[in-house]
Parts: sequence; structure tokens; C-alpha cells
Amino acid sequence: MPFRHLLPFILFVVVAAALGVGLTLKPKDIPSALIDQPIPEFQLPPLEGKDNGLESDHLRTGDVHVVNVFASWCLPCKAEHPFLMELAKSGKAKLSGINYKDKPKNIAKWLDDLGDPFGRIGADHDGRVSIDWGVYGVPETFIVDGAGRIRMKYLGPLNNSDRTEAFLECLDTISNGGDAC
Amino acid sequence: MLNATKMPALGIALLLALMLPRIVGAVAVDPPLEDPTLEARAQALFLDLRCLVCQNQSISDSNADLARDLRAIVRERIAAGDSDEEARNFLVDRYGDWVLLQPPVKKETWILWFGPLALLGFAGGLGVGLYRRREAKEAAAQPLDADEKEQLKSLMDDADDA
Repeated sequence: MPFRHLLPFILFVVVAAALGVGLTLKPKDIPSALIDQPIPEFQLPPLEGKDNGLESDHLRTGDVHVVNVFASWCLPCKAEHPFLMELAKSGKAKLSGINYKDKPKNIAKWLDDLGDPFGRIGADHDGRVSIDWGVYGVPETFIVDGAGRIRMKYLGPLNNSDRTEAFLECLDTISNGGDAC
Repeated sequence: MLNATKMPALGIALLLALMLPRIVGAVAVDPPLEDPTLEARAQALFLDLRCLVCQNQSISDSNADLARDLRAIVRERIAAGDSDEEARNFLVDRYGDWVLLQPPVKKETWILWFGPLALLGFAGGLGVGLYRRREAKEAAAQPLDADEKEQLKSLMDDADDA
């Protein structure tokens, strides 16, 4: 072999490349098992004093929905709230909320103070419906297409980062009847 | 003042106290199933399931809110007559294979499971190959035949003359 002496160097490059790729992975971002799956069957009651609870049928109306799992005790939720208000105003998608393990008084005050971007909010008192959605922390945000399939899951706050750009692009794609995100 | 004869007893008591959290484990926090066989099955399953919010801990070890909820779900499934497999799949359907502390053997995980073995085989093969080649080289060193001896002799004589 003429390039024999290069072998250790080539091996080094291969290993370095593999480790380099490994560095870019985010082990904390767990891929959702529910991508391209139909949304779970659920029925959540409205928040106290309201009448717009959330159930599966509300998310199969032909419109693209953004479903946000949030809580008043969650600080990142507060950080992303202006973004959600903006998104609701833009009319790009219908927003629905799943309020995760919250106290009625706290969430009422939270929405009064910060505004309510959601068309519907389901109160998930024991967190079971959120587990059916594969949620393991708040906030998490899903893009649901008109047929009621989950097309994207976004972990953490939506706050104008590069990932948020990707989220908005995906939303556009799905809204335009596109398939891949 | 402590009596010297009481010291060993005190030591044992302290040891037991320190061991208490291990013995009692998750059972202290949540209501166990009434049937001890079912509860034992649930407990065994807890050890296989990842607490998603605390990396690389099982839900058996964790006091996280979500881990508690997942334990309650596993107990419910077991009590409702699910097999271990079915109870496990209930969570895999929601959280993917990540929820299992031991990744299942399938196409996507072949590299994970068999990669190290393949690498070991490759390195072993390489080692054996190199060894064989050296052996062959050594074996090739045979004594000179008559012609060669003659040639060598004449070469040496030439060298002496010079």
C-alpha cells in the first residue's frame, strides 16, 4: 500500500470527525415518539370560571393548531409569553393551551396580567393528559395539522432564537400543506 | 458520657438509619399496590424506566414530580392486568425508547449493541494478521543452499583481497 504511513492520520481524522459530530448533538432534546402520530384522545375541563376547555375534537377541525403546554409557576413560560401573544395576533395558527398542574387562582392572575393568547385552554390538573402527549417539562409546544396529527414538538421557551425560526418555518410549511418539517 | 460497651450498638443503629432510604425507597412516598406480587412487578419495572427529567436515573430512584406520576401510571397498568411488556410499551408509545434505561436491540441500535464487538473482532483480526505475517517472514529465513554458500564465499574472498 503506497499510503500506508497516512493510515494513522486518516484514522485520526475519522475519529475527530465522529467526535465533532457528537459534540453538536443535544442529549437533553429527546425526540418525540409522537411525531406524525395522531394526537392523543383527551378531554380537559376549562379553567375555573371559563367555558373554553380543550379536547381532541377541537384540534381536528382542518385548521393548523399550535398547542402550548404551560404553567404559571414556570418561568420560561413567562419568557415565551410575548412570543405567543405575537403569534396569536399574526393569525398564523390557532393557539390552544394545556395548563399543566396549576392553581386556579395563580393561572387566572397570570393570564390577567400577561394576556391570553389561547382560543381554548384545558386544565390538566393531575398532568395525565400531558403525559399522553409525551410532555416531560414545561413549556413544550406542538404543531398539529388540520387532520389532528402532531407534526412538530418544540422543547423549551419560544423566544426568538434560531430554533424559534425553525419552528416558524415548520408552521409555515404545515400551513401551506407541506409535508416535511 | 458514652459508655464504651454501648458503642457497637450505637454504630449499628446509625448504619441502619443511614440504610433506611435504600430499604424504603420509593414505597415510602407513594401508596403501594395491595397485592404484593403486583407491587413487586411494578417495583421491578420502575428500575427499567428512565426518569426523563433527571438524566440517567430510574423512576424508582427519583423524587421528581414526573417520576412519581410515571410510577403511579405503571402501578395502574399493572393493577389493570397489563403484562410487564404492555406496561412498558404504554410509556414507550409516549416517550419513545428513551424512557427505557436499556435500549432495545433493533436496527437503529445495532451499532450500539454490536459495534464494540465488531471493533474488537476487527482489532483482533488485525493483530492475528500482523502476527501471522511476522511468523511467515521468520519461517522464510532458511539456511543457504550449496550455490548460495559458494556465492557468499567468493564475495567474502573478494572482500579480503581488496
